[in-house]
Amino acid sequence: MDQRTHERYVARAMWSIGRGDAKFWISVVVLSALVAAGFYAYVYQVQRGLWVTGLNQKVSWGFYIINCVFFIGISYGGAMTSAILRLTNAKWRAPLTRIAEATAVAALLVGAIYPIIDLGRPDRFLYTIQYAQVGSPIVWDLVAISTYMMASLVFLYLPLIPDLATTRDSMRPGLLRRIYGILALGWRGAAGQERSLQRGIAIMAVLIIPLAISVHSVLAWLFAVTARGGWHSTIFAPLFVLAAMLSGVAAVIIVVAVFRKVYGLHEFITARHFRYLSYLLIALGMGYLYFMVSEYLTEGYLLDAATTPVLEAIFVGTYAPAFWGFTFLGLLFPLVLAAVPGRWAIARVCAASSLVIAGMWLKRFLIVVPGMAEPVMPWDWGRYAPTWVEITITIGTAAAIPLILILFFRFFPVMSVHEMEEVEGASEPRAAALMPGFASGGDE
Amino acid sequence: MAGQVSRRRLLGSLGGLGAGALAAGFVPLAFAEAEAAETGPQRQWAMVIDLRKCDGCKACTKACQETHHLPESFEWIKVFEVHDKQGGAFFMPRPCFQCENAPCLKVCPVAATFKTRDGVVLVDQDRCIGCRMCMAACPYGARYFNYGDPPIASNPFQHPTPEFPVPQQKGTVGKCMFCVHRSANGELPACVDACGMKAIWIGDLVEDVATNGDETVRLSTFIKDNDAFQYKEELGTGPRVWYIAGHGQLLDY
Repeated sequence: MDQRTHERYVARAMWSIGRGDAKFWISVVVLSALVAAGFYAYVYQVQRGLWVTGLNQKVSWGFYIINCVFFIGISYGGAMTSAILRLTNAKWRAPLTRIAEATAVAALLVGAIYPIIDLGRPDRFLYTIQYAQVGSPIVWDLVAISTYMMASLVFLYLPLIPDLATTRDSMRPGLLRRIYGILALGWRGAAGQERSLQRGIAIMAVLIIPLAISVHSVLAWLFAVTARGGWHSTIFAPLFVLAAMLSGVAAVIIVVAVFRKVYGLHEFITARHFRYLSYLLIALGMGYLYFMVSEYLTEGYLLDAATTPVLEAIFVGTYAPAFWGFTFLGLLFPLVLAAVPGRWAIARVCAASSLVIAGMWLKRFLIVVPGMAEPVMPWDWGRYAPTWVEITITIGTAAAIPLILILFFRFFPVMSVHEMEEVEGASEPRAAALMPGFASGGDE
Repeated sequence: MAGQVSRRRLLGSLGGLGAGALAAGFVPLAFAEAEAAETGPQRQWAMVIDLRKCDGCKACTKACQETHHLPESFEWIKVFEVHDKQGGAFFMPRPCFQCENAPCLKVCPVAATFKTRDGVVLVDQDRCIGCRMCMAACPYGARYFNYGDPPIASNPFQHPTPEFPVPQQKGTVGKCMFCVHRSANGELPACVDACGMKAIWIGDLVEDVATNGDETVRLSTFIKDNDAFQYKEELGTGPRVWYIAGHGQLLDY
């Protein structure tokens, strides 16, 4: 990268800081209105009670638990892609990591409030700490999600420090400059600082992977420890982890594409980036397909009394349109769409990612709702249809993710400047230097 | 409310007392005190439901709802009409099975569900956070969530306890608890009392007796002689409810 390109890169990365054009304000107003609608629906629910939802005595978990799993799953893309690309020292990652890590935090903040939205007595939420019963999967969730959230915030913050210093230096003296100065922790780019930072990022990149895996594993155990047909499955934890990674990578693709277009990052985020991301998407999609076949084959071959009604409902019964819709339109077709070479590659990868995201939401629905509605007493199917309250809260929280991202990038560089300098410059590949044997060189 | 000390809290505080005494070297004294706090004989409540007699009138459900002031959708003892593969039909009342190895108890994040000394699984609705994990975990669908307000207004002079959770608290989970508030006074559970067919027997595994209000039998012999079974026994939950298989053949029509 020559000097001129580098200057353009820095300019583009910092382009959005402090900028409030019409597009920005329209997006903020529209998204805030949606978030406010969701908030109104939640207040409505708290004032009246959970009877305003479609939940009932048979199906006592619905949209909220689905959304919790779904949004936390979305947050995986950031954590996993960014961590994996760092550890493998893939140099093409530089313009992507910031967007991926910010998406992770935004989706996680949204996903993590769903267990509270679902509570019958949200005022007693802190009882889970005060009277924590360590044998309960809910307590495992609490521990795993809060640890993962702290780690995600640190993982976003650490690589941001040098960029905060750059932003600080580009500011006129004043309050803002002082705030950036505090956040930059006195970064001057000294060799010692650089070494500490690289070490910290490398540690977080290693740490975030088991933490992320733990979150979706315990979310899966929420279901798998019960005696319900279709839930009591040993493959659930890895299946959930893979589902989360798949939907997460798909989300990163969409977010990257949107910011590339709106912030004009075409020069730095190219078709090549989307091609590499689509490889990840395809690999994870194939993995998910394999796990899913393994799950349904072992259950469907034996057909024990508890599982049979659920499988019937999913394959040929009430939920068959959703299931086959997911399988073909949410998994198989998108994989083909992303895999075939040819024209409109970026558009096709984005379309595939959108379908995968919708499909993964549907798959979580197909796990939660039939598992709840199945007759535990064998003559008594449950029914579930969400009301406007659940739908509004779902839309409101979904809108919160782009809102958080837009606001975040109004104050922070959308691409990592320091990281680009590092992968371009002569500095040693960080993971290779700090963790010999872990990293095996980049792709180029 | 002062003076409203639940059995578990009492035991808990006595346990703390015991731990303190342990440190001071007064172990036997402390435990003797804890034992003395529980009056009356040790019980292990159990139930036998005779499906040969049940005619599906749902008097048990109604009596239960009256006793606990429950809405109609709350069937803590629910009567299912079962159609078997041979074309036969019978009625099967399902209370809470008070499992020995209760899945609902294990998954509760705040230990709001607990087991008494007498083997009954209770819910402390002052503690319950309403996460409904127990409803997902119960293999028998015996648990009910208070989505809305309970049908009767809260009485300031009556605070619900785990033994007598009336009125139910909105946003928490409730279920059958073998009417321990009645058996403490020597009364039969409301469903046993109300059953016109005398199909429901309440018993005690320690004393090995059971009664349906008319007769008293030796519980173990009664279970054995009638080939009584536990529903979904294979799950290993250890239900404290036994069923005598049948399809109403002992009805005196």
